[in-house]
Amino acid sequence: MDSLLQSNLVVAVTIGALFACGLYLLMSRNLIRALLGFLLVGHGTNLLLLSSGRSGSAPIVGEAGESADPIPQALILTSIVITLAVSTFLMAMAYRNYRLTRLAELTDDPEDAGLRAADADAGGGE
Amino acid sequence: MSEPATGLFSLAGPMLLAYAALAVVTPTLVRRFGRDLLTGLALLPAATTLGAILLLPSALAGHDTRTHLSWIPALSLGIDLRWDALSAAMTIVVAGIGTVVLLYSARYFPAGDDGTGRYTGALIAFAGAMLGVVLADNLILLVICWELTGILSYLLIALRYRKLAARKAAAQALLVTTTGGLAMLVGAVLLGHAAGTFVLSEVIADPPHGTAVAVAVALLIVGGLAKSAIFPFQFWLPGAMAAPTPASAYLHAATMVKAGVYLFARLAPAFAALPLWSWILVPLGGLTLIYGAAQALRQRDLKLLLAYGTVSQLGLLTLLLGAGNPDSLLAGLAMLIAHASFKAALFFVVGIIDTGAGTRDLSKLSGLGRQKPVLFMLAVLAAISMAGIPPMIGFAAKEAGYAGLLRGGGWGTAGLLMMVIGSALTVAYTARFLWGAFGTKAAVPPAGHFRSPALMLGPTALLVAIGLVLGVAPAILEPLVSSYAGVAGATEAHPLALWHGFNLPLGLSALAWAVGAGLYFAQRRRESAGTLAAPGAEPGTVYQFLVAHLERGAVRFTAATQRGSLPVSLGSILAVLIAFPGTLIVLSGVRPRNVQSIWASPAELGLCLLMAVLAVFVLRCKRAITAVLLVGGIGYLVAILFILRGAPDLALTQLLVETITLVAALLVLRRLPDTALHAGVGGNKTRLLLSAGVGALMTALALVMPGVRSQAPVSDQMAGPALEVGGGHNVVNVILVDIRAWDTFGEILVLVCAATGVASLVFLSRRTGAAPRGPQDPQIAADTGAVSPWLATNSSPRPSLLLEVVTRLLFHTIVVFSVYVLFVGHDAPGGGFAAGLIVGLALTLRYVAGGAFELGESAPWDVGKILGLGVLLAVGSAAGGIVFGGSALQSTVLEATVPVLGHLKFVTSSIFDIGVYLVVIGLVLDVLRSLGAGLDEQTMLDSVGSSTANPAKSGRR
Repeated sequence: MDSLLQSNLVVAVTIGALFACGLYLLMSRNLIRALLGFLLVGHGTNLLLLSSGRSGSAPIVGEAGESADPIPQALILTSIVITLAVSTFLMAMAYRNYRLTRLAELTDDPEDAGLRAADADAGGGE
Repeated sequence: MSEPATGLFSLAGPMLLAYAALAVVTPTLVRRFGRDLLTGLALLPAATTLGAILLLPSALAGHDTRTHLSWIPALSLGIDLRWDALSAAMTIVVAGIGTVVLLYSARYFPAGDDGTGRYTGALIAFAGAMLGVVLADNLILLVICWELTGILSYLLIALRYRKLAARKAAAQALLVTTTGGLAMLVGAVLLGHAAGTFVLSEVIADPPHGTAVAVAVALLIVGGLAKSAIFPFQFWLPGAMAAPTPASAYLHAATMVKAGVYLFARLAPAFAALPLWSWILVPLGGLTLIYGAAQALRQRDLKLLLAYGTVSQLGLLTLLLGAGNPDSLLAGLAMLIAHASFKAALFFVVGIIDTGAGTRDLSKLSGLGRQKPVLFMLAVLAAISMAGIPPMIGFAAKEAGYAGLLRGGGWGTAGLLMMVIGSALTVAYTARFLWGAFGTKAAVPPAGHFRSPALMLGPTALLVAIGLVLGVAPAILEPLVSSYAGVAGATEAHPLALWHGFNLPLGLSALAWAVGAGLYFAQRRRESAGTLAAPGAEPGTVYQFLVAHLERGAVRFTAATQRGSLPVSLGSILAVLIAFPGTLIVLSGVRPRNVQSIWASPAELGLCLLMAVLAVFVLRCKRAITAVLLVGGIGYLVAILFILRGAPDLALTQLLVETITLVAALLVLRRLPDTALHAGVGGNKTRLLLSAGVGALMTALALVMPGVRSQAPVSDQMAGPALEVGGGHNVVNVILVDIRAWDTFGEILVLVCAATGVASLVFLSRRTGAAPRGPQDPQIAADTGAVSPWLATNSSPRPSLLLEVVTRLLFHTIVVFSVYVLFVGHDAPGGGFAAGLIVGLALTLRYVAGGAFELGESAPWDVGKILGLGVLLAVGSAAGGIVFGGSALQSTVLEATVPVLGHLKFVTSSIFDIGVYLVVIGLVLDVLRSLGAGLDEQTMLDSVGSSTANPAKSGRR
């Protein structure tokens, strides 16, 4: 086979589906939904990174056969652990938000709303 | 060539460092030892002055004395310093005036003033930065030192930071001068690029030509104009008078504002021939000269009068340097030296009056001339130097200025006219200053008696004496100024003299005196008939207008773009993602190539179908726990896919991470209501459209990406070096701990931040500490029954005996196994991440089986310390790389054959991996401690709180 990498339609469509579902959830005001969305987008990203490199045998010196590209793998390894860190942070945030508001949903940021009101006031006062 | 003399210059770099170091310790020292310490601190600038004087012969002889210290060669940035007549003159001015200012300040500030330390530190740092400006032989270094002086000026103006006026004036000065500095940076880069070198002396020696150079010089001029308060930037300088008077004398009269003038003087020999040089500098200089002098005539505050006088004098200097002919340049430098001597002295006089009489308003001062004859005499001598009256140096310099402009062609003649007008006004405001400060006014009660400390009077007298000596024998200065002007071309012989005979310059001087005296008397007559002249509105209306509109604009922009809604903010990011990269991908014409058949791998097809189905199920899911399990399922499927694709490391890590995520999510969800997933606002079409669009974009990307590769992957070359240099068979692990170790280093810092964030969000007040090891409340402790034979502690509800037994049997085995995975990771699947997660799983097991106290018993350490130790090991490994290998994080392979154990190999990057291991353990421990034990405790407190009607500890608002 030539050195040209092959695209995999099945994986590509799956990546799209994971992103679409994940982002749909991420755009919710519900923080648990956002957390689920973040995890799905994380999976989609990892697969996208994976499909950017050649697959093959494990990239360990001495393994038989053409080895897989180790660079996307190193990137994905980083990404997996960071996803863990960020998703636990999101969980803590969802919990804290619930403790404070007793709501699962996020409301609009009051500071931004205040800024708009202040701007409207200043504009009206001139 | 005088070897020892030039040898002394190699101390210039350490000397600048000494200023920086002294500035850092000064605030503490002054707080400890009081204001008298300032006289000792003055030794550093005094030594600098002495060194400069010793080096003077070398500068005058025209030796090319330079030092170079490499800093950032890739940016052509080095610590290049150069010693010539101009830098010698400026160094003596900066260090000399710095010495007397420090001496004077030792008495200007009342004993025990808490601002003295900050003031002195900033002043010493400023002196160092200013010396950097005048010695720098590298364009970029010049800009850096230049901006440093601006920042330190900000600190000095805002010394009394509790006063709004001081803060405003400081911000104004900073904004104006740094805006100029930015223009200057662009100019410096352009000029250096055009010249092919950033070494200033080489640029000057062989100036480049062309439009880019003209633009560069214009930008540099803008920087100089802003710094030296030349029109249209003149307004910030009077505001800067909010600084303590000695700081004003030093920065805003004698030195910093001269930085712009210095820049003009430095560039003039090379670029004065450019048409734009005189076109910009002569009109603006002349305008500033006349405007400043006219404004000075209207002031009542003596310090402001001097400040406007400074604006005017800076205009004169700019005008002289703008004319650009060698004689004018010579006069410009002479005038600069003269101005430093008399203006600093006059500021000192105002400071003495201000601290003694309690005011510097000329309408409230009376009779000081009779009461303080010595001070009066000093003021008169300094003032006549300012007015250009013999026998002071101001006179000789002004004469040289007239003479220089007379030889300056068309621009010289125009400049001459403006200089005569400006000089007449200068004579008038000088007379007004003396009358205002020392005159006896009939309607004003005479000022009370006050003592003038010798340390304030002495420096003033010294400056006046220097002005007098130089005035009587200006020939002393001649070698210095001629040596500088000689770079630009031949100059007249004996340009500076007390008596040149009856000639045109003398006539012009006399004309200025006469007209100035007339102006002064006319103003006095008008004022005695009516009211005292009053200063106009605060200057800088254009600046205030611009700043106010900038602030309004920023608020409006923020209000318009930040709607405060998470879906809207995210949605707009996604819309941009579709609009730009999406359009690009379509327009680029790249199409997928070499697409595999769907049936190429039935296993992948099955996995992917399952993933997509699960993802859609998540969307429709109503219960949070189900949804989390579904997402976890997708994660496990991804892990299987990793195995199929030849990524065992990823599969291992993915499985472990998925499990821990699942546990953490369940821990949190058990404390949230069952309705946690119910969306109050339903989904809408926009959300659907946006997410579908991005999904399609990602699919397209995944299809296109493999086909666009034009180079062989760099990893093809990695297998060999990974084994030889990195010392490991597992290329992925070698990439993580060696090849891209900095990346991993950044990543573990992210982990530390996230762990800290989780703990902070749950515990709110304190982040450190270990999980609780036993109930604090004896009541609860008494409730617990006998200790379980399988676990270390006893939690009241015992979930499962089977789990306890399994935990007992497996925990230690798992931990030992993790150590194996950690060390084998360099050669086989594993490594710090996976090993840390394995320990995390073991700890999770303990927590699930035995509860919070069991977790505390199994890991009785402060989590912060585990995280810290992990980062410390990683840092240590980075530093070790420098020590052993030559660059940070470089690994060394240590091999030895040990009896019994056989041949052992240890790669130093393993230490880095141990750091990663510890950080991951810390993260998981923090998650368990916070989301598990922490939430248990809060729930318990909540129930106790509600039963005793004391909700004090609940986080409710």
